Amino acid sequence: MSNFRLCPDTGLFFDKNAESLMKVHAVAAVVSLLVAGLLALGVALTRWPAVHLLPADQFYMFLTAHGIDALLFWIIFFEIAILYFAGSTLLRVRLAAPKWAWLGFALMLIGAVTTNVAIFQGNSSVMMTSYVPMQAAPHFYLGLILFAVGALIGCFVFFGTLVIAKTENTYEGSVPLVTFGAITAAIIAVFTIASGAIILVPTFLWSIGYISHIDPEMYRIIWWAMGHSSQQINVAAHVSVWYLVAGLTLGARPMSEKVSRFAFLLYIFFLQLASAHHILVDPGVSAEWKIFNTSYAMYLAVLASMIHGLTVPGAMEVAQREKGYTHGLFEWLRKAPWGNPAFSSTFISLVIFGFIGGITGVVMGTEQINLIIHNTIYVPAHFHATVAVGTTLTFMGLAFFLIPVLFRRQMILPTLAKWQPFLFGGSMTVLILFMMGAGTLGVSRRHWDMDFAGAALSFEYSGMAYTLMGIAGIGAVVAVISGGAFLLITVGSLLFGKKLEPSAGILQSFLGVPLSADTYNAKPEILPMAAPVEEHGSAGFEAPGTFVLAMVLLVSFIVYYFINWKYLASVWPLS
Amino acid sequence: MTSYLPPAQRIWWNVPVGRQEIVWITIALIWCLILFFMMPYWHVYGKQNLSTEAYKTTPAQYGPKVQAMIDKYTVRTETEQQIPVVAPPAGSDIYMLARLWQWWPILELEKGKTYRLHLSSMDWQHGFSVQPVNINMQVVPGYEMVLNITPDVAGEYGVVCNEYCGIGHHTMLGRIYVKE
Repeated sequence: MSNFRLCPDTGLFFDKNAESLMKVHAVAAVVSLLVAGLLALGVALTRWPAVHLLPADQFYMFLTAHGIDALLFWIIFFEIAILYFAGSTLLRVRLAAPKWAWLGFALMLIGAVTTNVAIFQGNSSVMMTSYVPMQAAPHFYLGLILFAVGALIGCFVFFGTLVIAKTENTYEGSVPLVTFGAITAAIIAVFTIASGAIILVPTFLWSIGYISHIDPEMYRIIWWAMGHSSQQINVAAHVSVWYLVAGLTLGARPMSEKVSRFAFLLYIFFLQLASAHHILVDPGVSAEWKIFNTSYAMYLAVLASMIHGLTVPGAMEVAQREKGYTHGLFEWLRKAPWGNPAFSSTFISLVIFGFIGGITGVVMGTEQINLIIHNTIYVPAHFHATVAVGTTLTFMGLAFFLIPVLFRRQMILPTLAKWQPFLFGGSMTVLILFMMGAGTLGVSRRHWDMDFAGAALSFEYSGMAYTLMGIAGIGAVVAVISGGAFLLITVGSLLFGKKLEPSAGILQSFLGVPLSADTYNAKPEILPMAAPVEEHGSAGFEAPGTFVLAMVLLVSFIVYYFINWKYLASVWPLS
Repeated sequence: MTSYLPPAQRIWWNVPVGRQEIVWITIALIWCLILFFMMPYWHVYGKQNLSTEAYKTTPAQYGPKVQAMIDKYTVRTETEQQIPVVAPPAGSDIYMLARLWQWWPILELEKGKTYRLHLSSMDWQHGFSVQPVNINMQVVPGYEMVLNITPDVAGEYGVVCNEYCGIGHHTMLGRIYVKE
């Protein structure tokens, strides 16, 4: 059992198999992000009205591939790595069924390549949602199915790893909160992938002619049971990473294990109902169904996110105050390690996800308000706040952390790395806010030309809509550049970074070949429980600064929510 | 001490929750309930609610209904394509047909009057997006959606397709006139 390597910097133990698998998943994720970023540039430069770069067919092809590479491949490859980290590394246990794990990876890789090939062959520009009866080439769907099966295997390897840890008693007490969050993500993933199979397998059979008809409304409802739930995997995963980074960079512990775990549990119970968010202006769906489902049964999943919104920064604040940063409300925040990209990306992600992603999500998911937002460019604004800043920036921060720890390389360009989260978060925020504005003025998403060139009739958007789209375009270009900075730093560090001992060669890092056998001689002890802390603050407010921030969030939320009702009240009466 | 170690107390679920969290969870829960009840509230007191009236249909059934309205109420045609402009009586059933890549026909409505607007697609999914008033509906083939609309501001409105429907998607532009 000498299959473990001790990381001298962090004290983490890496199982040989888990380490190799995390590396290959991380590399596949980063390559997907590279492709997605290049495609984003084409999309952004086309929607920037003054540039309008690509012809229509290429634009729709790029947009389809951008959605799939960014939202599915980059994020899910990375999430499987996180599952193995939260299972094997955090619990100090060997990975279950490594051969199955490699099979899962191979399927994901083959699937990702297959779908990309289908898209770039040109006959599958059907957008990520591939709404029937528009049809893609059969291997478009087949690639997605293979990818999903691979991811499902990864989930079960993770579950198996938990079982081994339990039976071999590798940890004391309960699993760490971060692992608990990862379990949440994996459970939601199983539901998500099952929904995906229910709709994509018949759609694949339809594309090769075995099934004659797929009901388009049924497709929408079930597809979104996958499509939206997969974003909830991301939420559970990146909230777990927030807790992880708070622990790694500040030594933070959860304010209350009970509260944080309860909030994760709410995700499992209620997030799946979100399919309804996409069906609010569809024909023939009852108001009761819409209200119950779109609100996750009375907004209980929103409640969960609002809880994490307090407890993640609250845990950071408590940890900082214990270090002596107790002056005023916000000294803990000013003196936070802003120069550490793992921390800064987490905090920026937390703020933008909460203030923009969360609030816009609730607003546009309100049954009636949706009709002034559905399919406008406000929608991608919302999900860039949740997945591009929320999930992607969080994962970027974790990737910076993993370069020395997992890949044993010193990070190159440390100054650029220090600024990268601010650049990416800032430019994405510009993109998001101005797309929101343009969406409010009615600009359509997934649309090649807001001038409607070639149409028999004409319609002109306001000059303001053009201005907003132009500024959004600038934000997008800067975001792509700062995403490029991330890739430059991570890939460059793998290739040229100074090797840290014990160190893998570059080929080893890329191919996931384990380090030489003698590196793996550490035998982990049982993972101990966290040190007990003296009772503190249960009578008073232990994180007052965070509470003030939370109240600012609440007030913004209330104001923006009712502004949108006011806007809705101004449109034509409908009944 | 950290979030990635097992909880410090083995029986962590018996550790009391701090006051700050209890206060926040209470406030957040109240806000969530307000969010929830705003939707039924708007059904009672708001003026913008969607009807849930819809029928299964087919292009062969829907097309003739649209044509019947066009035959009866066309007042003129526009553009080289001779797109009919239809002015049906207030309160009547009016039809808009979505197909690659056209909204058919042009509707001319009276301000402040209510119409029963039927929407369906002959082929793929489309998005009925009336601009600049910014009302957006999903149009799904095989389903006929019926909305009671009361245009209350006169003007010329564009009907943008905002569900991607192939290479000519951006040319799919219709029109609704609302007359004083």
